[in-house]
Amino acid sequence: MAFPGLLNYWFVVILMMIGFFIVIAHGNLVKKIVGLNVFQISVFLFYITMGKVDGGSAPILAEGIEVYSNPLPHVLILTAIVVGVATTALGLALVVRINESYGTIEEDEIGAMEDDA
Amino acid sequence: MIVVAVAIARLHNLFAVVMLTGIFSLLGAAAYVVLDAVDVAFTEAAVGAGISTVLMLGTLALTTSEERTAPRDRVILALVVVVLTGAVLVYGTLDMPFYGDPMAAIHQHVAPRYLGASGAEIGIPNVVTSILASYRGYDTLGETFVIFTAAAGVLAILGRARGPGTSKPTKAEREDAEV
Amino acid sequence: MNYKIVIRVVSKFLIPYMLLFALYVQWHGDFGPGGGFQAGVIFAAGFILYGIVFGVGNLRDVVPAWVTRTLLAGGVLLYAGVGVAGMLMGGSFLNYSVLAATPTGGQHLGILLVELGVGVTVAAAMITIFATFSSRER
Repeated sequence: MAFPGLLNYWFVVILMMIGFFIVIAHGNLVKKIVGLNVFQISVFLFYITMGKVDGGSAPILAEGIEVYSNPLPHVLILTAIVVGVATTALGLALVVRINESYGTIEEDEIGAMEDDA
Repeated sequence: MIVVAVAIARLHNLFAVVMLTGIFSLLGAAAYVVLDAVDVAFTEAAVGAGISTVLMLGTLALTTSEERTAPRDRVILALVVVVLTGAVLVYGTLDMPFYGDPMAAIHQHVAPRYLGASGAEIGIPNVVTSILASYRGYDTLGETFVIFTAAAGVLAILGRARGPGTSKPTKAEREDAEV
Repeated sequence: MNYKIVIRVVSKFLIPYMLLFALYVQWHGDFGPGGGFQAGVIFAAGFILYGIVFGVGNLRDVVPAWVTRTLLAGGVLLYAGVGVAGMLMGGSFLNYSVLAATPTGGQHLGILLVELGVGVTVAAAMITIFATFSSRER
């Protein structure tokens, strides 16, 4: 009981910060979307670790099992994952369009072109 | 997972980055199985490691697969911001219940009712499914609309008038378009 | 990709099983892990594999754009329609208990239909997104 303690949350925080770092430190738009994905997965992990109960099993009702993990976070994250990929696809579509208009997916170069225009 | 995430942050070859994202998702799915979320793991393995990798590769094929190096001062600034935010978040977790604590606040409100009563009320053993489709039907309806809208958005952004079922335009047509 | 004969043969062999597995996941979601979201994604993955190996032109011959677009809207409408049907039969929106003779029977039917709506929408959305991306040229 004592061992994992709060470690799972710190793990999530580290992952989340790596995602955040990718988003703010990189100018490449595809890399930014990858960063957002890492961030997203860390949030998913956060929810799922909150839903875990010691000694619990997967929330599928069966004879002889008394303790289940909390199913509510699972439901939320299940839909969030699929919605996440749909919105990622939308973002990537925008990146493709930006690349067609500007010929680059680097943020600074796009900014420079905007200034010139 | 942290190792893979650091590698994603460091690499500049976007192709490798996308592949690592797939691995990252798969590791995430394994973690979900350990944490009893089998439904979620299933989805993550199919979506994260499968579809989104394919979509990202499609984007790379349409754009470029090398990233320019970010300016050094920007990286340092970003690191400072990230470490500060992380420290605040870790401070915030000190109030959280311990991992696996059955008395945590999250397990006290509606979850016991779902676990206790859904067997009799809905009559199907997978509680995740019964919450998803029945108790939380409105939410799921909303999510379905989001997916619908996202697909419609992609169509609106990229699916410019090219007749259904036609493949690439012929070379002559493209030359016409360029003139 | 004409020269990759191993990939072509193996994917031809695998795709039917992927689609079958997707259907299993769809209908078995009540009892084990699975449901509309996962099934839709796996179903779409089967078509996307076909599209990668045999080209998007061939994929669009199998599922033309109008089919995926109709299904995309049809899935959402099926979901909302189940809700409205519940209303018409005297319950509240998205309350499935009134759909059949017994409440649990109604819930069963409602969940099955709703999951089907979700699955159809997700599959159609993924195929649409993939086809739109890959029919684009640089």
